[in-house]
Amino acid sequence: MSTEFWIAQAFNGISYGALLFLLASGLSLIFGVMRIVNLAHGSYFMLGGYVGLTVALRTTSFTLACLAGAVAIALVGMGMERFFLRRLRGEVLGQVLMTIGFALIFQDLALLIWGGDPYTVPIPKLLSGTVRAAGAVFPIYRIFIVAVAFVVGVALWLALDRTRAGAMIRAAVDDAEMAGGVGINVPLISLGVFALGAALAALGGVIGGGFLGVYPGADFEVLPYAFVVVIVGGLGSLPGAVAGSLLVGLLDNFGKALFPELSYFTLFAPMAIILAIRPTGLFGRF
Amino acid sequence: MGRRALLAAGAIAALAVVAPFLPAYPLTLLTQALIVGILAMSLDLLLGYSGMPSLGHAAYFGVGAYAVAIMTTERQVGLIGCLVVGILLATLTAAIFGLLAIRAAGTYFLMITLALGMVVWGLAFRWVSLTKGDNGISGVPRPTLLGLELITAVPFFYFCLVSAAVAWVLMGLLVVSPFGLGLRGIRGSESRMQALGYNVWLHKYMAFVLSGAFAGFAGTLWAYYNGFVSPNDVQLVTSVETLLMVALGGPGTLIGSMLGAGLIVFLRNFVSVYTKRWLLILGGVYIGVILFAPTGIVGALRGRRR
Repeated sequence: MSTEFWIAQAFNGISYGALLFLLASGLSLIFGVMRIVNLAHGSYFMLGGYVGLTVALRTTSFTLACLAGAVAIALVGMGMERFFLRRLRGEVLGQVLMTIGFALIFQDLALLIWGGDPYTVPIPKLLSGTVRAAGAVFPIYRIFIVAVAFVVGVALWLALDRTRAGAMIRAAVDDAEMAGGVGINVPLISLGVFALGAALAALGGVIGGGFLGVYPGADFEVLPYAFVVVIVGGLGSLPGAVAGSLLVGLLDNFGKALFPELSYFTLFAPMAIILAIRPTGLFGRF
Repeated sequence: MGRRALLAAGAIAALAVVAPFLPAYPLTLLTQALIVGILAMSLDLLLGYSGMPSLGHAAYFGVGAYAVAIMTTERQVGLIGCLVVGILLATLTAAIFGLLAIRAAGTYFLMITLALGMVVWGLAFRWVSLTKGDNGISGVPRPTLLGLELITAVPFFYFCLVSAAVAWVLMGLLVVSPFGLGLRGIRGSESRMQALGYNVWLHKYMAFVLSGAFAGFAGTLWAYYNGFVSPNDVQLVTSVETLLMVALGGPGTLIGSMLGAGLIVFLRNFVSVYTKRWLLILGGVYIGVILFAPTGIVGALRGRRR
């Protein structure tokens, strides 16, 4: 195994981790505020990819595709939160069945609308091609994914840490009841966080659609990855989502490259070890 | 409990009487419902009686099914050997997973069981030299029991009916035993049971392992029934569908889970005749159950909320 192999695999792992961060940070935030395990989160990823695909094909604008995917799925998420999930606060089983019900409906609707063929979201010329550095070849598009995840991560951190709305979200994460008691509009915060989480997953879906493709079944394929990220990182924690995404991205890539038959084992076994040592994940507090 | 047990025993007897006169298709569906019903009841042991919503229950089912599929197609192992090894392997899997999962509560338990379930799915999918990967293992022969061939639909149905009845009686005895009462106490309040001197962890762990054993039993029957085992039997959707069956029937009732399983099996097969949009309808069922029948069929029949 040459140095190039290690560099290339590490980079692939990091860029996949960057994509996972877009998906998992939203899942983690939603859980933090609402204590909801959203099994439809993978569906947001897939639906975002499909909406982005349609817009990209109609308008030939990648930016517009990302925007349209994020906005459309944010609206879907808000509808789910407002009319279905809000009434199930604290009912874990109800939430699971409700969100899986939506996931199945979304899956079938997507099959009905977009058919069963796999597609790739067309990416702008500017982002195609590769660069050479340190003897290895890096696709520009994957560098772009890392950059997007970095910008989103920093923006999320600034928003959560430095703004009034962010302080309100953190208060709601720590103790929703007390936050409501001091006059924070927790239902509105929940709605906003759900919209944000759905939009981030959809953005991940459009961007991921540029190199993984959009296809039926993508929803349930990415869902366990997002779950492992938040389990490893700790539910409701932004630094946890960063660390978890990178770890899962790298483990998955090296696992697939080095032990193809046991690749899921190489992903889940470290998760089990981390849990055995820290049951709430690396950065979790609950 | 007494009246419900009587009704269930009556239903088993009625099924046994009408079975030979049923056309092939409904009989096949009934057989399927019985097997899936065992799986649902095993999950009820966790969800309804111990308050642990497992999202990876298909894993033990799958281990049992794959064990039978591999042993019958590669080694021609007989029924008893397959049952014993299948159930043991499923129990072992549950014993290992339980060590990790029982540490967590609530949402964490849910997510860890989901991820552990995915491990088994991943192995079924990727460990091609053992499981044939995505293609699955086909050609599992129907078993022979004490020289009796269970190849045709009717004898195999009786075999499954007896199996389901035995599983139901065993689990029923389990939940009314002191151990089962301890579990219900834990579901109500873990800290209270701890203070009363119960070993809460051991109770939950034992429930987890036993539940896995029964799920593995259902899996062994499934391999024989279907003649084919694939990663689909182990996937997340199977685990969640089992959860739906328990919720639909009414958690903490055992026989309700069997009813829920029967309803879903028949609904799926009848709907599939008329439309390809089964998932759309199933999704609607999930949402409808939560909105309109949160205590399940048995709960609704009782006419009071728990």
